[in-house]
Amino acid sequence: MTYDLVVIGGGPAGMAGAAAAALAGLRVALVDGGPRLGGQYFRHPHSAEPLRGRFPRLRAAVAGRATVLARHRVWTVQREDDLLAVHCLAGERDERPRTVRGRRLLIATGAHDRSLPFPGWDLPGVLTAGGAQALLKGDRVVAGRRIVVAGTGPFLLPVASGLAGAGADVAGVYEANRLTGIARRARPAPAKVAEATGYALELLRHRVPFHAGQAVIAAHGDTGLTHVTVARLDRDWRPLATRTVECDTLAVGYGFLPQLDLPVQLGCATRPGVDGSPVVEVDAGLRTSVPGVYAAGEATGVGGADLAEVEGLLAGRTVAMDLGRTARPAPALARRRRRLTAFAEALLRAYPVRDGWRGWLSPGTLVCRCEEVPYARVLEARDLGALDSRAIKLLARPGMGWCQGRVCGYAVACLMGEAPQPPRRPIAQPIRLGDLADQPEETP
Amino acid sequence: MPDVVVIGAGVVGAACAYYAARAGLEVTVVERGSVASGTTGAGEGNVLVSDKEPGPELDLALLSNVLWRELAELGGFEFEAKGGLVVAETGEVQRALTGLARAQAVEHEVVAPEDLPRYEPHLATGLAGGVFYPQDAQVQPMLAAARLLRHGAPELRTGETVTGFLRSGDRVTGVRTDRAEIPAAAVVNAAGTWAGEIAELAGAPLPILPRRGFVLVTEPLPEPLIRHKVYTAAYVTNVASDSAGLESSAVVEGTPSGTVLIGASRERVGFDRTLSIPVLRALARQAVELFPVLADTRLIRAYCGFRPYCPDHLPVIGPDPRAPGLYHACGHEGAGIGLAPATGHLVARLLTGAETGLDLRPFLPDRFAGETS
Repeated sequence: MTYDLVVIGGGPAGMAGAAAAALAGLRVALVDGGPRLGGQYFRHPHSAEPLRGRFPRLRAAVAGRATVLARHRVWTVQREDDLLAVHCLAGERDERPRTVRGRRLLIATGAHDRSLPFPGWDLPGVLTAGGAQALLKGDRVVAGRRIVVAGTGPFLLPVASGLAGAGADVAGVYEANRLTGIARRARPAPAKVAEATGYALELLRHRVPFHAGQAVIAAHGDTGLTHVTVARLDRDWRPLATRTVECDTLAVGYGFLPQLDLPVQLGCATRPGVDGSPVVEVDAGLRTSVPGVYAAGEATGVGGADLAEVEGLLAGRTVAMDLGRTARPAPALARRRRRLTAFAEALLRAYPVRDGWRGWLSPGTLVCRCEEVPYARVLEARDLGALDSRAIKLLARPGMGWCQGRVCGYAVACLMGEAPQPPRRPIAQPIRLGDLADQPEETP
Repeated sequence: MPDVVVIGAGVVGAACAYYAARAGLEVTVVERGSVASGTTGAGEGNVLVSDKEPGPELDLALLSNVLWRELAELGGFEFEAKGGLVVAETGEVQRALTGLARAQAVEHEVVAPEDLPRYEPHLATGLAGGVFYPQDAQVQPMLAAARLLRHGAPELRTGETVTGFLRSGDRVTGVRTDRAEIPAAAVVNAAGTWAGEIAELAGAPLPILPRRGFVLVTEPLPEPLIRHKVYTAAYVTNVASDSAGLESSAVVEGTPSGTVLIGASRERVGFDRTLSIPVLRALARQAVELFPVLADTRLIRAYCGFRPYCPDHLPVIGPDPRAPGLYHACGHEGAGIGLAPATGHLVARLLTGAETGLDLRPFLPDRFAGETS
């Protein structure tokens, strides 16, 4: 069966987009890799107590109107004449290839943690801020006993307060930026102020100290993490003074990177976002440069769940209109998107990644954990004539392993002094050779 | 002023620079990208004698095979003398394979069907036999190119694009780049798939076209499953084919990093990088047919490159009479990694006026006279 719209990604943007398009009378399929809708933001445990708030509302709007295809991981998308073919691997242990086709495609694939390498980041006990949050939200698991939260960005606060609220001993939150004048520059909506205040109060209640202008620049331990080196940083993130903090877990995150594998496969134009990382270029209706392909949420620029939901709604409506359905104009929605985008961009400007982190590396620090490439080998490849991160990859192999550069790609680009490039990953998810061999011969 | 400017820092350009420098010449290498950023960076690293029909290319491959073993002594890149196993699906193909092996007169062992598992324990059953070529080898081409440049120590100018030639009458007296003029006594065109564009700049066109190839890379395996380069007899006929449509015949091998590489599709579709599911499916099918155990192995990456293809499947090596001072070292199609050392060695001999020791006539650019304007 051919759908009017296939939505990839079951987070706030994808759910809102599927709901809006289905409400307008389109046949919609919503594809997501996870077992349940919600994505990262609405991640929740199976059979938990009844959920309240926006998520059940969105879920109810999707349910019964759109076909939800959970546990469908998309490995590639291709154009087939007038249709867009979404090639999935369905199921968990005995996954099977399955292709879902639509006249239109909405990409709402979200973002993943942006990581920076530092000595010891490969030790057991070190995880991303997003990873710690996912454990807590999805499995109600507190990642450790004594936890340090570090990195940069507003996301560190909910992570730390969530962990503290769940009973963890949070030794401290270390925010690498200094955050002077943020409130003035970002001019947050009252709801955002209330949210931030809530986190701050939660941290205060659990006596979790918050340190701005400080970072974890090394992690230590033999078989697992035992302590970290915390440094006070100058404006460029060069260490000024260091001390040791004991902990068994470090949750570290330097913001987020949009997942662009699928839009890049389709040839959608990208542009450097406010923070330098590439984002999909869209018009006011969330249309990408490729006819029939739309993008919403973090893929168009990291901005959080509220903005993602608004973009999803707008995108769903645009698709409906482009397919000849009537939808009333929604100037209020467009205004809300502009306001939230301005706020998101102000936050990205307030929490930049400064170049000084490169000085935290020693020659032996792994830059790529999958292929175990130390910093020294990256320097050697540069010395051998590699001018850019692609050449570094060819000569020294960072990004060649399991994660395909999702973890180290940003750092390698920064080390080469270049702006991070849109990812070229024709295979977005590992696929068994047997399944690839069984792909049906003819395409309708 | 350098004695010679080499255009291109792929494996062929690196080999030309290395041997020219060793012959005492002062060498400058100009590369518009990074070292090994063109077809070399998309190569599998085949150093094959098994797939060559008897004739000039096989002679070149045999010379190269010896030279690669010498170069491997320099260190700094992976070189695995692992050998190649060509397998036959039917008795008829097996007879053709053994006939080819005899005609090639290179070191080989005819392998009976019941002996195949001794070579490759995980190979599919029901094959009609094969031929093992101990001289076939594998090299990590990117690092090899970088190391040859390091050892030859030419002046390396990366990120610099050749935009024209310096001329004195017909004679080529250097190159013009987007940054400078570089006068030199001789210029070597080692621009690979883009060598036709360079030749055009010199007013001496060459019929070099891109022939796309996809390579599949699997997840790293905990222990090696595949010991040699393994491929079916169809590979030999596909290499020599002139078809523009898709042809594929999987060459399957393990690498030191634990991944399995599956090459080699061949299509003439210009410089189009779009992933093609039919190509991936064909390669996956052939790999699983050869090694059923791979069905459960996951593919994590696929990439494509563009082989420099000449109508007669032979490289272009030698001086260009239309532009004295210009030498070509290009058009090696899918064999550039394997043939690079012999090419570099011969070019260095030509540049220094020494005996080449090999009949260069089949490789000379003159052979296209009449085909191009």
